[in-house]
Amino acid sequence: MSVSSGDLTPELLHSSLWGDALVEAAGIPVYDMQLVTVGGGLGSFTLLDVLRIRGVATSAMRVLSTSDSPWQTWEYLTRVSQLPAHERIRSDSGARPDNIWGFPSYAVQEAWQDRSVRPLLQVLTEPVMADFYSPKAALVMRTVQREADRIGYWQMLAKGQVRMVRKRLGGGYFTILTPPAGSGPTKRVALRSRFVHLAVGYPGLKFLDDLQEFRQRQGERYRVVNAYEPHEHVYDQLSKRPGVVVVRGAGIVASRVLQRLIDDRERYGLRTQIVHLFRTYVTGSHGPHAFMRRKGGDGWAYQAFTMPKSAFGGQLKAQFRRATPERRARLASLVAGTTTPKLSGWQEQLRRARRGNWYHPVHAEVERIDLAPDGRLVTYTNSANSAPMQHVSDFIIDCTGLEADMPEHRVLDDLLRHGGARPNKAGRLQVGEHFEVLGAENGDGVLYASGAATAGNHFLAVDSFIGMQTAALDIADDLAGRGFCGGLGPVRSVSQWIRWAANRGPA
Amino acid sequence: MIPTLAGRLQTRLFVLATVGVVLTALLTPLLPMSFGDAFLMLLAVAVVGAGWELLYHLLMQFRWDKDWPTLFGLVTAVPEGLLMWGLLDLGLVPGVDGPVAFWAFAVMFGVVWLGQWLFVNGPMRVLFVKWRHRGGRLL
Repeated sequence: MSVSSGDLTPELLHSSLWGDALVEAAGIPVYDMQLVTVGGGLGSFTLLDVLRIRGVATSAMRVLSTSDSPWQTWEYLTRVSQLPAHERIRSDSGARPDNIWGFPSYAVQEAWQDRSVRPLLQVLTEPVMADFYSPKAALVMRTVQREADRIGYWQMLAKGQVRMVRKRLGGGYFTILTPPAGSGPTKRVALRSRFVHLAVGYPGLKFLDDLQEFRQRQGERYRVVNAYEPHEHVYDQLSKRPGVVVVRGAGIVASRVLQRLIDDRERYGLRTQIVHLFRTYVTGSHGPHAFMRRKGGDGWAYQAFTMPKSAFGGQLKAQFRRATPERRARLASLVAGTTTPKLSGWQEQLRRARRGNWYHPVHAEVERIDLAPDGRLVTYTNSANSAPMQHVSDFIIDCTGLEADMPEHRVLDDLLRHGGARPNKAGRLQVGEHFEVLGAENGDGVLYASGAATAGNHFLAVDSFIGMQTAALDIADDLAGRGFCGGLGPVRSVSQWIRWAANRGPA
Repeated sequence: MIPTLAGRLQTRLFVLATVGVVLTALLTPLLPMSFGDAFLMLLAVAVVGAGWELLYHLLMQFRWDKDWPTLFGLVTAVPEGLLMWGLLDLGLVPGVDGPVAFWAFAVMFGVVWLGQWLFVNGPMRVLFVKWRHRGGRLL
């Protein structure tokens, strides 16, 4: 290999600490930048937003991403999992990625824009007399775009695939970026920075073991689908001829998929039969004592958001932060588990479906999946309460989630091998109170992370809009202590909020 | 809101000392009560309020989400106002001189409560960015 090809050399690949000369000898062009954020989704966006509001110039920061916009991945995942732009997402009115203050809330904005008091009445009476208010996906994206424009996001965006982040001899980091082919003279470029932030999201889709095994064995991608991959063909087929669908999972995505199946059935007069397999079947309120009781029923555990609300900024957050590792593990297991919000419209749909005898909830463990001679699927189940059963279906939709296993992500895997980062008990990155990745600090350089990769530490709700903002605010506090940005006391906060409201750039 | 106990107490005291004081000062000249009586009543709301917050905190523990819905923050004005009126009527608020007319008390209490509730549900977040992430704690 030529030493000046502008690509990674074996020496670079194998050494965990890179000198400037080593990178230059490889012919990789080096650009200096004070802070680099890797990911380019809502996690990166939120940090840049906070830092811009705290006075950092666009010229000091870069976001490295394969995405054209900060909402691209989020839009994709919500859309395929049956939350298209016009649907309401599972998020609080005050959780606004485009507005770190959360005021005015989405409900106020929607009321203003639609000249309607309904959103206001809903936030006023939620969750006692009404379902929790939540914004439509379209509103989230539109407002993030406005904020991205306002803070000069596009000037900070550098497109490309990040290959790795390595420690630099003398402090700070090199981040290796593979820009789009043909966009530059070399295959790779390096960004040399004191600070790096990783917000890379989920490495991929997670399948249940038996479905994964079946997909691999049969090369099957058509009848067995994950709810987080495009699967519109399932609904298309069911609208052309009657069929049976097996739904697996009991979270928000399962409830959205059921809603779509039921909507289609009722709207187009279809004859779809739904078999819903619950691994854990919740029959009612559950929890160890009266102060720790979650509602449930008909198989589902009900919760408005992905965590009990106080995990986002109240009592549970405070308790969890102070707790010993053992107590954290106990608390986490208490609030863990798949949940879905108890929305009245959807509840009514399920009641109709049960009455009509075309929705069949089943509490069972799946033993294996096979192909029937006619090409349909057979799910073999075992249950403690009944004889083994076989469910023949045209499709299986796996609604159990996204893959969060770190070694599956190239950059995180490299960080574990070379960057000094350590996995915690949950298999994610160990981070400190300011979301600094423990073990990855280098001289005066700090590497931060936010989002799913930081679960299992001092904060439960990492993978949420509020969680991203919490991480961004805590990271910014740490960066302020290191002289990178200013503070955000009441005076600056108010003046920056006024600029936000007037849609004028941060100053 | 998703308050902690410390957050409840700090927020109540802060908002009484700011929004409460301003609204009381603006409203008193329009009502048949003295400044002394008006501010002693405000102080009494703060002192008795600490007890109320303990009760609310206990009640909140029965909620899985450990949250305090916006509506609760508004309707708790009724029991708190009635208790405060009872204390005034029985002469149990030390230092309050004259008899206070019920309607004047109700207007004062209602306006101050509403002002605080609106402030806490909006502008407070702009002043203190991390307030809502810290269960309402300021310190």
